[in-house]
Amino acid sequence: MAERGTQGIRPFLAKWALVAVPYLWSLLFFLAPFLIIFKISLSQTAIAMPPYTPVINGIGDFWAKLTDFTFDNYVFLTEDPLYYSAYLSSLRIALISTVLLLIVGYPIAYGMARAPKSLRNALVMAVILPFWTSFLIRVYAWIGILKPEGLITIALQGLGILGPGQQIHIYNTETAVFIGIVYSYLPFMVLPLYAALEKLDATLLEAAADLGCPPTKSFWVITFPLSLPGVIAGCFLCFIPIVGEFVIPDLLGGSETLMIGKTLWAEFFNNRDWPVSSAVAVVLLIILVVPIVIFQNQQKKA
Amino acid sequence: MNKTTSWFNVTSLVFGFAFLYVPILILVVYSFNASKLVTVWGGLSARWYVELMHDQAIIDAAWVTVRVGILSASFATVLGTMAALVLDRYLKFHGRALFSGMVYAPLVMPEVITGLSLLLLFVAIGFDRGFWAVVIAHTTLTMCFVAVVVQSRLVTLDRSLEEAALDLGCPPVKTFFLITLPLILPGVVAGWMLAFTLSLDDLVIASFNTGPGATTLPIKIYSMVRLGVTPEINAISTILISVIAVGVIVASVLSHRSQVEKERAERAVFLGG
Repeated sequence: MAERGTQGIRPFLAKWALVAVPYLWSLLFFLAPFLIIFKISLSQTAIAMPPYTPVINGIGDFWAKLTDFTFDNYVFLTEDPLYYSAYLSSLRIALISTVLLLIVGYPIAYGMARAPKSLRNALVMAVILPFWTSFLIRVYAWIGILKPEGLITIALQGLGILGPGQQIHIYNTETAVFIGIVYSYLPFMVLPLYAALEKLDATLLEAAADLGCPPTKSFWVITFPLSLPGVIAGCFLCFIPIVGEFVIPDLLGGSETLMIGKTLWAEFFNNRDWPVSSAVAVVLLIILVVPIVIFQNQQKKA
Repeated sequence: MNKTTSWFNVTSLVFGFAFLYVPILILVVYSFNASKLVTVWGGLSARWYVELMHDQAIIDAAWVTVRVGILSASFATVLGTMAALVLDRYLKFHGRALFSGMVYAPLVMPEVITGLSLLLLFVAIGFDRGFWAVVIAHTTLTMCFVAVVVQSRLVTLDRSLEEAALDLGCPPVKTFFLITLPLILPGVVAGWMLAFTLSLDDLVIASFNTGPGATTLPIKIYSMVRLGVTPEINAISTILISVIAVGVIVASVLSHRSQVEKERAERAVFLGG
């Protein structure tokens, strides 16, 4: 619109630099790494540092090495049921968590949007505040609560629901992972929902009520459909990172929970198998490409 | 608004915020526990804070984290603000789609992928893992968050002030620093703070890209948590939570005040003709 780029060479250079600097940074540190990860996923494992045999070394080498590509790492992924079930389990956990987040987050966002105007900013602040404090710390906080000898057990024993010797076993199960995920990702779900619900025109609901529509019905006919953009944004904002989640299943899920982020981490740090962990990452990326593209289109519209 | 729904609203807010805050509260309370056992209350004590002060490894890690945070947040703020300007102003140029894709994708990209891919880049170009690798990695991650925050500010910006300056012959670069930047400053500051806390918070990306002598606090805390829950972790967590809470509240009060002042000034200008 108001680009006055006709006043000489300096504004032109400034404009050019404005585009070029962040562009080049993203190309170098965001896009290029994906090409490299793809390349290494096609390399052979070597016991060396770095522990892989490079497939491509410069352009000249490229054609010579073209036949050296190996899909062994990908074949390996299909042969070992561990990877297959880790992907499926990640998708299942992410899906269930996203639904749980929607169920927990919607009433909170709704309550916030219906709160007195003077309170709303403070409530938004209160939702964001835990998000600013460390993810790791928030997950850690749940260990003390969920452990067999932890606070839930103590509380239930105090209430007489559990006998003195009995303990509650949530820690190191999938239930603990769900609790941790819902807890950690709640702001990501509540904020887009709130943004959509806050914009909602209250007169629509009043009109419906005046015409004799019961509140529950007007919720499903008016409020929910109009908040759908927020629902979609919130779900994608949660679902995509949860599929690759590492910290929560690692700290709360124990050995029982299978998730691909954990598998990748173990492959890289424990087995030091860089090509296989790259292949794991590439497949994860391929799985997530569709939701990521949908999310981006959604962002652009907003 | 009828009575039943407002009852429902209050209840859901109370339960929702209890769910968000009670675990953090418990964590903070138990950091003052005299007992070594995290879940057994042994009386009020500050001994874990005293022990922290003598733990050189933790102090070193905290120092590394703060330096990484300040550097990466500052780089990310410059780059992210530039990216936001590009996305807001230049609606048509070659590669815009790719650019906006690269800006939004890291927001949702699983950290294990970002961390691993950056590490492989550093190895491929022969860049040593360590302090600067973590700074670059965090800059790349957080510039996207800055871009989103600044862009939301740019959208609401009144362009007529800029246009007036340009019409009066002010060069575009000068216009940016004299007019645009002061107007979007709250967004830029909020972006810096968000970038800083994200950097402070990150375990996964830092773990992939760290090297000797560049252990950040989350890496240190993670290795402590792996060994078991200790009141010392509660103490360091409490310090981190208080620092961030105070910072965020101060920033929001300041930005709220500047917003109120701005509105008042605008009203005065309007009334004065």
